[in-house]
Amino acid sequence: MTITLDDLVLVLTECAGADDDVTLTGQNLDVPFTDLGYDSLALLETAALMKQRFAVDLTDEEVTGIETPREFLDRVNHAAAQAA
Amino acid sequence: MTLATPAAQETPERTGRPTAVITGIGVAAPNGLGTEQWWQSTLRGTSGIGPVVDYDASRYPSRLVGRIDGFEAAEHIPGRLLPQTDRVTRLALVAGAEALADADANPAELAEQDGYGEYGCGVVTSNATGGFEFTHREIRKLWTQGPQQVSVYESFAWFYAVNTGQLSIRNKLRGPSGVLVSEQAGGLDAIGQSRRTLRQGVKLSLTGGMDSSLDPWGLVSHLASGRLSRSDDPATAYLPFDTRAAGHVPGEGGAMLVLEEETAARARGARVYGEIAGYAATFSPRPGSGRPPGLERAARLALADSGLGVEDVDVVFADAAGLPTADDEEAAALRALFGPYGVPVTAPKTLTGRLYGGGAPLDVAAALLALRDGVIPPTSGIDRPVPEHRLDLVRGTPRHAPLRTALVLARGHGGFNAAVVVRSPEAA
Repeated sequence: MTITLDDLVLVLTECAGADDDVTLTGQNLDVPFTDLGYDSLALLETAALMKQRFAVDLTDEEVTGIETPREFLDRVNHAAAQAA
Repeated sequence: MTLATPAAQETPERTGRPTAVITGIGVAAPNGLGTEQWWQSTLRGTSGIGPVVDYDASRYPSRLVGRIDGFEAAEHIPGRLLPQTDRVTRLALVAGAEALADADANPAELAEQDGYGEYGCGVVTSNATGGFEFTHREIRKLWTQGPQQVSVYESFAWFYAVNTGQLSIRNKLRGPSGVLVSEQAGGLDAIGQSRRTLRQGVKLSLTGGMDSSLDPWGLVSHLASGRLSRSDDPATAYLPFDTRAAGHVPGEGGAMLVLEEETAARARGARVYGEIAGYAATFSPRPGSGRPPGLERAARLALADSGLGVEDVDVVFADAAGLPTADDEEAAALRALFGPYGVPVTAPKTLTGRLYGGGAPLDVAAALLALRDGVIPPTSGIDRPVPEHRLDLVRGTPRHAPLRTALVLARGHGGFNAAVVVRSPEAA
């Protein structure tokens, strides 16, 4: 099962909220999270919730190294494939 | 160390020390959200004290609180800040925004100007209880679901300094910053520290305080102090200086104030409410030590700091603890300073409850608006003042009078005392 951008957006919004002026879409997969208004704590929170929802495990070190949505999706899907 | 009158070295060097003025006010109070709404309620004697309605408090010995009704955080706070902020921080952000708008001050723009620079604007606030409701929820998750479920934002959402932190980030206040934690005295200590930062070259410092800890765990914590009134009647539960005094009502809220170095404030055309002319803090010895409490000395030191005398004070905003011994001690200090019935004394906090870190800044806001409008806001409910106190309490209705100087007193649980002298701009 592949974790999609929609999955990420849902979890990210639940964990860290969202502002009307920024929408995470296919257009900004390579925009740094910090430019989208999400800091390292937001990503840690998101990773924790992803673990519960999708049973994918990322270490804190891996999470804080992630810079863009594309990287995040690549990492979680890689981890999901490993676990399978 | 003896209780002495202020020594020669404690008198101020008025020339050469930056003058601190207040140019903006933002308020969140149980009887009014927003400065003018709160001030009008305060003058009318409208109370914000009522029974707990958010949860079943019927088994608690104290069931009254000063709650801010109708505060919808999502209407004021961006979506991204909601998951990481306790109610107290949301209130601080809203009041901080109001104060900066009232001062017509944009710190990011000011940072570009000569004389300011990147670190020319700072923020120093007071808080006494931290982020209670947020933490209560996270601790519940810890013990019912496990540590993995605890929000990463708990790492800072609980902490006393978080209001300063979030105000700093949101408003680009990158200069000297901090938090003062001395319960109800902290709000004056924050203003004092804020004024101190002007000596480091800071031109604008957002100061004041905010507290909100009225959730079940917060209320229990306040109960543990043994200082809460057990009455169910909002009109008579919190009666400082009254023969029926039996504790206070805990409230939420406070005030944010924009404090500026005077020449910088005037240069940018800011409207000045008044000057923080003097500040002092003392610490009382433990009860039973035989040595006197420190409130009178704090007042004398603050006056010495301001270069003014007791005869200059037109009104006192009392700490008003609402417990007999503490009330007696404050009344004795006021008699020693001003003589019996020597100065009008008031406690508009009878309409809100004690607001801890937010309480004293709200009193400073009341003092500034009293000076502006030439009117002393009333103290509510004191129908049986203690005769031995011999205080000229402003009771029931506002008292109109020409006012130039106010003394604000505050005491914090554990022995903290603080005093601030507020001066009208016309008196300079």
